Amino acid sequence: MPILEIDHLQKSYGDTHILHDINISIEEGDFLVLVGPSGCGKSTLLNCIAGLEPISGGDVSIAGRNVTGVSPKDRDIAMVFQSYALYPTMSVAKNITFGMKVRGVDKATQDQKLAQVAGQLQIEPLLHRKPGQLSGGQRQRVAMGRALVRDPKLFLFDEPLSNLDAKLRVSMRTEIKKLHQDLNASIVYVTHDQIEAMTLATKIVVMKGGVIQQIGTPAEIYNRPANMFVADFMGSPAMNLIPAKVRAEDGQTRIQIERAGMDPLVITDPVARNLPADIILGVRPEDIHEATGNAHLPGTAEGAGGDVMIDIVEPAGADTFAVTQLGGKAVTARLRAESAVKARQPFPLAFDLSKVSYFSPKDGERLN
Amino acid sequence: MTSKTMLRLGLYLILILFALFYLMPLFVMLTTSLKSLEEIRTGSLLALPRDITFAAWSEAWSTACAGTKCEGLRPFFWNSVLMAVPAVMISTVVGALNGYVFAQWRFKGANLFFAMILFGCFIPFQVVLLPMAQMLGLMGLAGTIPGLIFVHVIYGLGFTTLFFRNYYVTIPQELVRAAKVDGAGFFRIFWSIFLPISLPIITVSVIWQFTQIWNDFLFGVSFSGAGSQPVTVALNNIVNSTTGVKAYNVDMAAAIIAALPTLLVYVVAGKYFIRGLTAGSVKG
Repeated sequence: MPILEIDHLQKSYGDTHILHDINISIEEGDFLVLVGPSGCGKSTLLNCIAGLEPISGGDVSIAGRNVTGVSPKDRDIAMVFQSYALYPTMSVAKNITFGMKVRGVDKATQDQKLAQVAGQLQIEPLLHRKPGQLSGGQRQRVAMGRALVRDPKLFLFDEPLSNLDAKLRVSMRTEIKKLHQDLNASIVYVTHDQIEAMTLATKIVVMKGGVIQQIGTPAEIYNRPANMFVADFMGSPAMNLIPAKVRAEDGQTRIQIERAGMDPLVITDPVARNLPADIILGVRPEDIHEATGNAHLPGTAEGAGGDVMIDIVEPAGADTFAVTQLGGKAVTARLRAESAVKARQPFPLAFDLSKVSYFSPKDGERLN
Repeated sequence: MTSKTMLRLGLYLILILFALFYLMPLFVMLTTSLKSLEEIRTGSLLALPRDITFAAWSEAWSTACAGTKCEGLRPFFWNSVLMAVPAVMISTVVGALNGYVFAQWRFKGANLFFAMILFGCFIPFQVVLLPMAQMLGLMGLAGTIPGLIFVHVIYGLGFTTLFFRNYYVTIPQELVRAAKVDGAGFFRIFWSIFLPISLPIITVSVIWQFTQIWNDFLFGVSFSGAGSQPVTVALNNIVNSTTGVKAYNVDMAAAIIAALPTLLVYVVAGKYFIRGLTAGSVKG
């Protein structure tokens, strides 16, 4: 039985449609991340799941119970907000136990649960402080404590890390992941940060303009993006999207790419593919390698690369990024740190064609 | 002496002169109230009293004649207290609830409603005198203190709603959402989360309302009966009921007594008034 099932959900304000026909289903223990640029409707969707926003059509079920018209307090959910939304006049302990107090849980149970959660999050020394006396990271912990103590069927997180500084964000991210593993909790998590989505999720929903672009595991989203939007949005640096022409030849696919200052680059995909003449070739920076003599890459035929003029070299410690012009677009390759690549000089690069994506330039949809 | 200190001295001199100018009426009132009638007739207006006497004060409080009744200000002072305290409390509480709804529980047409309530702040008193008299008559409250309370609550709501709405609108909506998910309802959220952070704006509302209601004369004279007149109306009657010689000392003492509560409120809570008016968002 799915822990959360969203069935043909619609949301509109007057004539403005915010969410179009959303269908999502997750199992117990899943970590679902809703990701997309700002204004894509992901936070609205989360509020619809919580019951904080009424929906215009469709159904929401939590743990097999249709909760479409049910108020937030009766949905058996807990929520962590972007601004933490701690009650400013209550101590940390009161903040955490407020929900239990409202629901009439007896004092002994409250104290026992408070102690348990405070230990879990290591916030025992803070229990008597007011939210105003806490740092950002501490507030974040208290906000999580308030959700954990409720022991709900479903946790909802609304961009919980976006107000933290970069370093704290990474460590809290790890803690959230650990918490998910320890508790086997079911979580819906909203973020605009694709790295958070990749690292935390067991399932990702990529959204744009109130429409789901793709649902899948992080690996599926990353390796087989359903369209050019997903390809561009997920991954950093972004996937290279190179305009190219293809033709079938001898049961193989020849791909021709414009190359700055030289003849067009022609590379060969050994697999026969049913592609239109004009395509967009999507290739991740790490799938462009230094071409080394006769050592062929997996899935690569002879002539899967060639010399290109390197414009910029960016050493980044673990890797070196080399930028060149292909098909009129800046194309980034992720090379080994010790690579001998130099700016303003030709350099041999090869594409790992077993991992590339082909997109239609008309609608941006995936073709392979 | 440098030119900077000269400038400073000049500044203080001007400020002191202004302060003296503004304090002059109070000075005259105080000194006159402490003089005997004989001394007022013979002495100068600005002179300090030769023999300080509180006779005028006790007369103003308990025996001065307002019309035919010679009981001083005392009964009317209590009328004002009985009117102002409940009216201030009710208009503040209802204004807080109104502001809470307008700021955090948006409903269809909320902006229109709020605009209409704001408009209520600007309706001149005189316009509503007749319809209000009719209304009070229909409700059986004409000429009573509850009637006056009703009028002042209605008139004050526009202001108190505005105060609380503008204060609560700075509080992030996520706070209400968090409390909703926690299981709290409309009144629980108001009581447990909003009221505890409202002290500055409650102070503003109380000072504003108390001053307005205590100092009001027009509603007091229009809607009160013989036994329910507020102190402002009684003051007017005392000053106007002269038998022979005008007792300036009694008039002055009565005026100070009538103004004392509002003065006191400002002295005690004045600094919170400024703080509350400028209070920004609540961080948490």
